[in-house]
Amino acid sequence: MTESTIPTTTLRRVDLSEARLKRRYAAERRFRLYGIAAIVTALGILGLLIGTIVANGYTAFQQTYVAIPVYLDAQAIDPQGSRDAETLRRADYQSLVKQSLRDLFPEVTGRRDKIKLYGLVSNAAGDDVRDQVMDDPSMIGTTQTLWMRSSDDIDSLIKGAIDRRLPEDDRRVKDNEIGWIETLEAQGNVELRFNKAFFTSGDSREPEQAGIWGAAVGSAYTLMITLLLSFPIGVLSAVYLEEFAPKNRLTDLIEVNINNLAAVPSIIFGLLGLAVFLGTFGLPRSAPLVGGMVLALMTLPTIIIAARAALKAVPPSIREAALGIGASPLQVVTHHVLPLALPGVMTGTIIGMAQALGETAPLLMIGMVAFIVDVPGGVTDPATVLPVQIYLWADSPERAFVEKTNGAIMVLLAFLIVMNALAVLLRKRFERQW
Amino acid sequence: MNSLLLIAILLVLSSVGYAFGQRRARVVSGGHPSTLHSRPQYYGLYVALWCGIPSLLLMAAWLIIEPHVAEWLLVSNLPADAQQLSPDRLSLLVNDIENLASGNIVSREVDPVLQAAADGYKAVRQIGNAAMAAAAISLAVLGLAFARRRIAPSLRARNLVERTVSVLMILASTIAILTTIGIVLSLAFEAWRFFARVPITEFLFGLSWSPQTALREDQVGSSGAFGAVPLFAGTLMITFIAMCVAVPIGLFSAIYMSEYASPKIRATVKPMLEILAGVPTVVYGFFAALTVAPFIRNSGEAIGLDVSSESALAAGAVMGIMIIPFVSSLSDDVMNAVPRSLRDGAYALGATRSETIKQVVFPAALPGIVGSVLLAMSRAIGETMIVVMAAGLAANLTANPLEAVTTVTVQIVTLLVGDQEFDSAKTLAAFALGLLLFAVTLALNVVALHVVRRYREKYD
Repeated sequence: MTESTIPTTTLRRVDLSEARLKRRYAAERRFRLYGIAAIVTALGILGLLIGTIVANGYTAFQQTYVAIPVYLDAQAIDPQGSRDAETLRRADYQSLVKQSLRDLFPEVTGRRDKIKLYGLVSNAAGDDVRDQVMDDPSMIGTTQTLWMRSSDDIDSLIKGAIDRRLPEDDRRVKDNEIGWIETLEAQGNVELRFNKAFFTSGDSREPEQAGIWGAAVGSAYTLMITLLLSFPIGVLSAVYLEEFAPKNRLTDLIEVNINNLAAVPSIIFGLLGLAVFLGTFGLPRSAPLVGGMVLALMTLPTIIIAARAALKAVPPSIREAALGIGASPLQVVTHHVLPLALPGVMTGTIIGMAQALGETAPLLMIGMVAFIVDVPGGVTDPATVLPVQIYLWADSPERAFVEKTNGAIMVLLAFLIVMNALAVLLRKRFERQW
Repeated sequence: MNSLLLIAILLVLSSVGYAFGQRRARVVSGGHPSTLHSRPQYYGLYVALWCGIPSLLLMAAWLIIEPHVAEWLLVSNLPADAQQLSPDRLSLLVNDIENLASGNIVSREVDPVLQAAADGYKAVRQIGNAAMAAAAISLAVLGLAFARRRIAPSLRARNLVERTVSVLMILASTIAILTTIGIVLSLAFEAWRFFARVPITEFLFGLSWSPQTALREDQVGSSGAFGAVPLFAGTLMITFIAMCVAVPIGLFSAIYMSEYASPKIRATVKPMLEILAGVPTVVYGFFAALTVAPFIRNSGEAIGLDVSSESALAAGAVMGIMIIPFVSSLSDDVMNAVPRSLRDGAYALGATRSETIKQVVFPAALPGIVGSVLLAMSRAIGETMIVVMAAGLAANLTANPLEAVTTVTVQIVTLLVGDQEFDSAKTLAAFALGLLLFAVTLALNVVALHVVRRYREKYD
């Protein structure tokens, strides 16, 4: 090239000075730092999220118990002296507890103060006394120091959620209540114990009696239905689409359809369930059966996509070898391809189930949001599930439900972590390089 | 009889059939299984299918039809004056009788006529259930016997079984299509009924939303306004805030992971980021309502701003955190798919890494990145629990992110949770909103998938 062809006006001086290089390297470092900052921010927020939940929630696994000397009046509990279980179960222990509280603090008079005094212990304190009496009926007629659940306010006070140093008007627990509880504390009669009720009972309006067992059972039933429907249907359609389907417009349509269904907002599936399962088929509201069906439709695309990927990863040589020794196309799949793809299919299924376990919105649509105290006994009983229980508690005005909500979130996250860990483990353990 | 128990019995019968069929096949082969057309297991499966499928189908049909028949019987047995009632009141009465029969709370006084009707209904249901069990079980046994009789060495059991299985597979793969059709039809049908009451132009372009309809004719101030514009404005604002959080964080994470990070760091950081997408949305909602919203409110007040406790900012920011992995994972993948040669070319010209990324890798990966952002956006628009718990209920048409706004999904939930008449304008409005939501997210998804797919074809 001759010099005359390059017009001198367009020649640009390239600055190769140290200063420019420095600037470029600085820009390089800055850019890299942005990346690190983004990752640190994202992970930091994740840490913050989990941190706040654990910090506010671990106390939900504990419950304050108070010990009160209770005179187990034989006249009140079992006037006939028969000691049979039914009589013992039906006796009014709550009023015995109230009587004992009056005896313990005889200086309390006046209706309102007495109601406050009774409020030291839970409404279920009588049940705690009953359980202990039924364990050992020989206590009847004597005075025993028995442990029982405190009310939620006292529980919050003992756990430090209510600050004793605040002015009296600003706290829910008043000075005289603190006085009584400090008397008990001084005697060593206040204790934090493991909160069994949180894991064994259903929902309740009283925070100290509310538990997640009902919701957990509801979740289990719902997931069972989801698994029973979505796993076979998902695997069958994945096998068909991947191994047998002819390439035509119908199968193309199915494929596009599945990809789009995977991205449809979950609440739309709830609307479908409401209109079709409840409206047209007349299935019961709030039932795990319907919830499971809706979630099955929702997780189906996830499972199909994962199963297809797993089937695709099995090399064609396996199929050809099996065909070569005379297997029918279906035998090729059931005897060779599917067993080899199974770990991948299982991984996809577990991830789909984890998704279903954490899903809330579609279940609100089909009425699984009712206040249900009983633990469901079947797939058509009204039930709620763990995430909906969290939603209900989060909406609850009672201050003590905040810690329950956090506790329930911890349980839910624990389940999800176990499921995802299982999926990762399956993938690691059985992943094969062909 | 309990349906689940019946299903279990039918399944047990099928496995018995499997064992019978297998044994029978061995017997008819006279001890030489090689004379059979298929292996003995296929004869077993053949019997099991004959035993299970017809009986389960019968049971399904029965479960769908029986309540309608029982209800028809109930109505035709009611006294004449009850039958003359208007359809609405008649269905209320029928509802009450059904509740009475199943032992639920009834909304009216129980008189002997009602009690008799309930008892009759209960008896019909019980007879129906028993008949269903009997019919299903006898059909299963019949199928078993029939199939077992047909077993002969020349029976092409494998082909028959395989044909059945492929029919099942085709049926299974049509469920995805049926779901879509079901969604479209149910939403469109209810929405159409809604548009018969509220003109579609008012719904799409109306500026005020207050779905309280009057319970009585003479009630004041509750004529109901169904203009969806404020809802969409609210949805878009929260989505915009979410994208402002998610796109920079997600993109820079993706760039760092695909271009700078060592494989080891990538292998640990990527799953950790994906945890963000795995946390249930109800947890984010709780976090937004209890931690983020008060924080934003307090810091706003500290600098003298008036912040609503249900500000769009809180819900949007938390939603942005949730969708970070949707942006980062897919962007990471598409940037990884940019061929090595492009990068090498840039390095050879003396570009630094960041210059290569900014001027070569990023433009080459742009369509895929746009696709991932669109997918994340459709996720944000359809997200429900975060906004239900952290955003407001009142429909404000505002551009101020510190005020409370409401979204389409929040309104769907508020309109449908709780006991509602199924065909009031309020509940139907929820379906119209659902249809709109479905259409918008579907359009975004189609565009996004299309963009991503086209881009992939370019380098393969």
